[in-house]
Amino acid sequence: MESLPLWEVFIRSKQGLHHKHVGSLHAADAEMAIENARDVYCRRNEGVSIWVVESKYVTASNPEDSESLYDPAKDKIYRHPTFYDLPDEVTHI
Amino acid sequence: MTVQTDTPLEYLLHLADNVLILGHRLSEWCGHGPVLEQDIALTNISLDLVGQARMYYQYAAEIEGNGKTEDDLAYLRDVPEFRNFLLTEQPNGDWGQTIVRQFLFDAWHHPLLKALTESSDQRIAEVAQKSLKEVTYHLRYSSEWVIRLGDGTDESNRRMNTALDMLWPYTGELFTDTPMDMAIHKKEIAPLPSSIHTQWMDTVTEVLNRATLTIPNNDWAQSGGKTGQWHTEHLGHILAEMQWMQRAYPNMQW
Repeated sequence: MESLPLWEVFIRSKQGLHHKHVGSLHAADAEMAIENARDVYCRRNEGVSIWVVESKYVTASNPEDSESLYDPAKDKIYRHPTFYDLPDEVTHI
Repeated sequence: MTVQTDTPLEYLLHLADNVLILGHRLSEWCGHGPVLEQDIALTNISLDLVGQARMYYQYAAEIEGNGKTEDDLAYLRDVPEFRNFLLTEQPNGDWGQTIVRQFLFDAWHHPLLKALTESSDQRIAEVAQKSLKEVTYHLRYSSEWVIRLGDGTDESNRRMNTALDMLWPYTGELFTDTPMDMAIHKKEIAPLPSSIHTQWMDTVTEVLNRATLTIPNNDWAQSGGKTGQWHTEHLGHILAEMQWMQRAYPNMQW
């Protein structure tokens, strides 16, 4: 079974929220991946919808590219909306 | 314990014992599954079944009265008092054998629960309603695995056919109408077991065909579990493991 393809699992925890990556598992096909995901990741009421995608179809950024990809954003604090005075009544921001 | 055939008590014990014993069998896979995913899948099903057993035992204990509890019924009855099908107590064997046993049971369990949702006994109807959702998944799960393994490699196909041949004689008991069934049916509490056979056979035929497995051509049927007449030697071993703590430390609470 370890020779079976790897799948990435995404769960939507409730209506209105987006699917979130929760982990991965082995399965022979998409159908079995959904069943396994249901059994492994939805045992405690975690979700209302499951997406699975075979891991090989996920393209990931290369850790070696980190400097060029992420560092340039670090000194551009003006991109964060932190310079506004918010009224006290406004919460959750 | 004396059981009467004209109250739902014996029928409840039959329903409960089936799912308790099969649930216990599946729990034996806990930590031993071929892979993590299936280990968890089987223990989920096991927990579903044990949960269903509790609901039936609680009701049965109320009917029996005398301060009886679900624990008395599960832990303090001995082999001759158990009313489960012989099928449910058969050993796990290899993965294929466990899956075949599960599938043959689920294909019976599903139409039964569907019919029980219409039971004249409100309590049984409610338990059936709740259990049906779980068992719909069980049947889907075991069917998928039967197809996958039957239509898999030469070895998996061979093992599945072997398991089928071995377990098939235990399925006849699922559709035999006993005097207890007649009495229960008369009160519209449950359908006659024989009335479920066509649906069971349809499911089994469809899935086994897709799995390229051979339907055993064997009408000879084992029986005795449901009537409590006799069980296979396996039940005693299950009960010894399941009950020893309650028997060694009477009235202990977990």
